[in-house]
Amino acid sequence: MAYAAGVDVGSTQTKAVLIDEARRIVGRSLTDTGANVMRAAETAFHEALSDGGVPEEEVEFVVGTGYGRYKVTFGNTQVTEISCHARGAVHMFPNTRTVLDMGGQDTKAIRVQPSGEIVDFCMNDKCAAGTGRFLGAAAVALELPLAELGPTALRGERAVKISTTCTVFAESEVLSWLGKGKKIEDILLGVHESIGARSIGLLRRVGIESEVTFTGGVTKNRAMVETLNKRLGLQVNVSDESHYLGALGAALFALDRIVGARAPVPTGRETA
Amino acid sequence: MSHTAGVDIGSTYTKAVVVNEDGTMLGRAMELTGFKLTQAAERALAAAIEAAGLARDRIAYVVATGFGRHQTGIGDAAVTDLTAAARGATHVFPNTRTILDVGGQTMKASRLGADAKVQSFRLNDKCAAGTGAFLEKTARYMGYRTDEIGPLVATSKAPVTISGVCAVFAESEVINQLSEGAAPADIMHGAFVSLVDRSVQLMKRVRMEPEFTLVGGILRFERMIQVMQNALGARVNVLPGDMVQYTSAFGAALLGQRRLLRLAAEEAAHGA
Repeated sequence: MAYAAGVDVGSTQTKAVLIDEARRIVGRSLTDTGANVMRAAETAFHEALSDGGVPEEEVEFVVGTGYGRYKVTFGNTQVTEISCHARGAVHMFPNTRTVLDMGGQDTKAIRVQPSGEIVDFCMNDKCAAGTGRFLGAAAVALELPLAELGPTALRGERAVKISTTCTVFAESEVLSWLGKGKKIEDILLGVHESIGARSIGLLRRVGIESEVTFTGGVTKNRAMVETLNKRLGLQVNVSDESHYLGALGAALFALDRIVGARAPVPTGRETA
Repeated sequence: MSHTAGVDIGSTYTKAVVVNEDGTMLGRAMELTGFKLTQAAERALAAAIEAAGLARDRIAYVVATGFGRHQTGIGDAAVTDLTAAARGATHVFPNTRTILDVGGQTMKASRLGADAKVQSFRLNDKCAAGTGAFLEKTARYMGYRTDEIGPLVATSKAPVTISGVCAVFAESEVINQLSEGAAPADIMHGAFVSLVDRSVQLMKRVRMEPEFTLVGGILRFERMIQVMQNALGARVNVLPGDMVQYTSAFGAALLGQRRLLRLAAEEAAHGA
């Protein structure tokens, strides 16, 4: 049995996915990227192997993706995270036309054709506003664990208008609202709305076409999903695997290579 | 003898200065602004009056400035920080034509006419890159406190390139540089260089002209003055010692003297 792996080294977390020849996910893992990016990639890969009970020698091809993809030293090649998120999203939700990937330090909007080919993409390459880090800053200011931000925001009734763009200044704005007596729930609802508004701005630049698939670490945040649904007037696709869709896309590219090596058919998919 | 005071409620610190009718500074004080602006302003003013060895009722006129000037209700009048900085800077350096004011959360450039009035200005208050917060974050990512920035950067031999587009993205950049063996002092120096590059862009947009006078807390670092002179290829004026942080408060107090004179003239005219 041959397996393919994808390792997605993100700014905050590193994800690894292992698939079999039938494109089924057989193993997955998630680890903090931290300062030693190379080690994070290795850890994630080995944890995915043990999660799937797959010996390393049965993995025939490994694709690295994400901002740290060149640090996946054991990988056979690299594919950009734009291509991988699009590929993973279309695989999981075949009617995907627009992808919103919200990660720890960046947010990307990608528009794909029915074939899964990328038409256009747009990302925040110069500024951390509208990314997971904005939530992180609010969590630090309010001394709440990240996992509680969503549930707390969902209890909010009247969103506080967050005027700060910069993630660094968000921390002090959150504290100043707290000082003015606003409820944590309402402040957090406002924080989610602010990020939602920015990411929809990014989506508009590539054009929003249904279905919209939401990928990346922030997909685990229910309040973010609901904010996007409300603002977009549709239901975005999310699943338990949404955090892994970049790594899944990388694994699918790896599988192309394995199959391609046996019967060489040009796929031309990793050019985007 | 008519004494006046200026209170500069900045985003990070609140400064107060007391002057006599010759424009000589008699006392000054600084407080962290925090979220209770009125209290911070009252405390700074009281401390400056005490430092001047005066009683509160000896202060004939108080002028407020800084971002919090309208929120505190302190003072008999309020002026913009640009006007106050221009007054304070030209009092010490009469040939000042361009002022750069870098605070904790803002960066402002203004060009003055021969009459010392502001003719053109540009400011950044949306993004932490290019403000004191950028240096504080860079220091914190390396485990240094704000008060350690000066001694640290003084030991640098050559700057390491830091892109400086975003104070959040700087974290991964700093971590990468550290893991590649760069010295913290040289990374800090690199952060100074990138901040200065941003400030020069802002100054270009007001069509800068010499002489240049730099104000704001960031100028307490000797290295900042040196990097700035290199970037501009010109000498820069800096108020001595910690006065760089008090320039606007000083200017506000001087404007208070001018206001007193006008009030006295009006009264005399009415009496006549």
